[in-house]
Amino acid sequence: MKDNSYQAVMARSNEIMKKAIGMDYNQFERGQLAFDYQAMMTEAGYSLEEVIAIQKETGVGNTPLYELKNITKLARMTAPKGKGARIFLKDEASNPSGSFKARRAALAVYHAAKHGYKGVVAATSGNYGAAVASQAAIRGLKSIIVQEAFDSRGVYQPEIEEKGRACEAYGAEVLQLSVGPELFYVFLRVLEDTGFFNASLYTPYAIAGVETLGWEIVQQLKDQYSVKPDMVVVTNAGGGNLTGTARGLRKAGSDAVVVGASVDLKGLHMASDQDFNRKSFTTGHTGFGVPFTTWPDRADVPRNAARPLRYLDRYVTITQGEAFYVTELLAQLEGLERGPAGNVSLAAAMSLARELDEDQVLVVQETEYTGAGKHVNAQLSFARKNGIEISVGNPADSVPGKSIILPEHPGLVQAVDLDMDDLRRSYLKRALETLKGAKPLPEDISFLAEDCRVTPEYIESFIKE
Amino acid sequence: MTDKAVPKGTWVQIQQVILSPGQRAPQVPADTAKVPLVMVTKGFLQKEGRLNDNVAVETLSGRVVEGKLVKILPRFSHDFGDAVPELLAIGPQIRALLEGGEQK
Repeated sequence: MKDNSYQAVMARSNEIMKKAIGMDYNQFERGQLAFDYQAMMTEAGYSLEEVIAIQKETGVGNTPLYELKNITKLARMTAPKGKGARIFLKDEASNPSGSFKARRAALAVYHAAKHGYKGVVAATSGNYGAAVASQAAIRGLKSIIVQEAFDSRGVYQPEIEEKGRACEAYGAEVLQLSVGPELFYVFLRVLEDTGFFNASLYTPYAIAGVETLGWEIVQQLKDQYSVKPDMVVVTNAGGGNLTGTARGLRKAGSDAVVVGASVDLKGLHMASDQDFNRKSFTTGHTGFGVPFTTWPDRADVPRNAARPLRYLDRYVTITQGEAFYVTELLAQLEGLERGPAGNVSLAAAMSLARELDEDQVLVVQETEYTGAGKHVNAQLSFARKNGIEISVGNPADSVPGKSIILPEHPGLVQAVDLDMDDLRRSYLKRALETLKGAKPLPEDISFLAEDCRVTPEYIESFIKE
Repeated sequence: MTDKAVPKGTWVQIQQVILSPGQRAPQVPADTAKVPLVMVTKGFLQKEGRLNDNVAVETLSGRVVEGKLVKILPRFSHDFGDAVPELLAIGPQIRALLEGGEQK
């Protein structure tokens, strides 16, 4: 009989994963720490044309692009004269399961069906669960979603309870766990037990699924408004949204500045039972965004296809209060009631628009659906019940896990830049640690340079330090 | 209520302790290490059972999973919450600002 203890299952992790993805990552390995990223994306992924066709089959993509005229007007009122870019919004909530994650799930489920898998499994507390369940329903596959959902008191984060409900609505089996990274152990056991496909968010095809988003932004701006994007703001967590969108923008010939945005949750531990329900955002925050940017290969696949440092021009944070505030603005001024987690990039955009000229074009590339639990009112009410102090004032004074401050004036919505060089150095430090003192080969140096978008000389001088 | 037999085929929630406090992964913080890793799932009861019994259910994916019967016809408890005055104030304030054209 198989040993299903925690240690035994974790020790078989590679073997389980290989079966559940059906792809040999070793073929792309080079040097000591390098791998051929572009080859992996081309050979194991799908071309843009293929992705468009696959997504069309299940009603994914081609979401509306709106110009947010009232929010633009408001941003201009708080900007220096002549500043305040036109703000556009890609309404990804219009996808079948209500978020851009349908794009990734469309590819993962298509790939699973093509390779004869009977079902798909995804480890996610986010919108991806509903996306996988919805796409699996369309293609006649079974689905199992594994969620981190409640704390040791049995209290659910309302947003995750809603996502669990949505997964069930699409016919998925939902396994819900208390707080802890050992969720991965349960995930592995389910993969082994069922022989289903690992619908990871981080495979080359899952990332290829997002490329259409970047592509559509460029096409729609051209067709509907005869303009080009100057800046695109992307909510950043695991890095896939950013990587895929940026690749799509580049494939459409755009050189727009790509900005990542995350909710600042500094000081809250992502694996802490007590911190779990002290945060009002379960994704799009720095607790995922920063570690995945500075070390992408921490995901549920051997090599993560989402590599934000390759595409990021800037990475900014905003507070929880600012994301809630713009969610309210989007409903009140633009008539679009959407989920708060999808509006992280909108909060950043209100601030970034002030840096650009009035005739420049800034695109917020995502929204998500809203509903019970996944709603600004539900989250603020829940936070207050959990002892979080809610007030109106300057959001810069808020402390994650202790207070949420809604801006008393739109001028107080202010994105804060993270130091890109710090992020790169943190990545390089981690990468060099994997060598355990061995000297990097020339192909390792050029890989590292590509992976954090610097020159080989930058890498050489970092190593010398 | 607790003694009542739950008929076969009823939609229920079951619970399993996956890891007890002593078995938690070494990297988890102290507060998490102190509590068990618990899993719940839902399915159709395979055989008549009672609350707190160890039972088997068939899940929506067709798997049979065992655990302690904890809820019968489980309710979704998430909602839109209590009214939040600070949130309600935003709409009127921002409209006045736009209409008045106030500069910062």
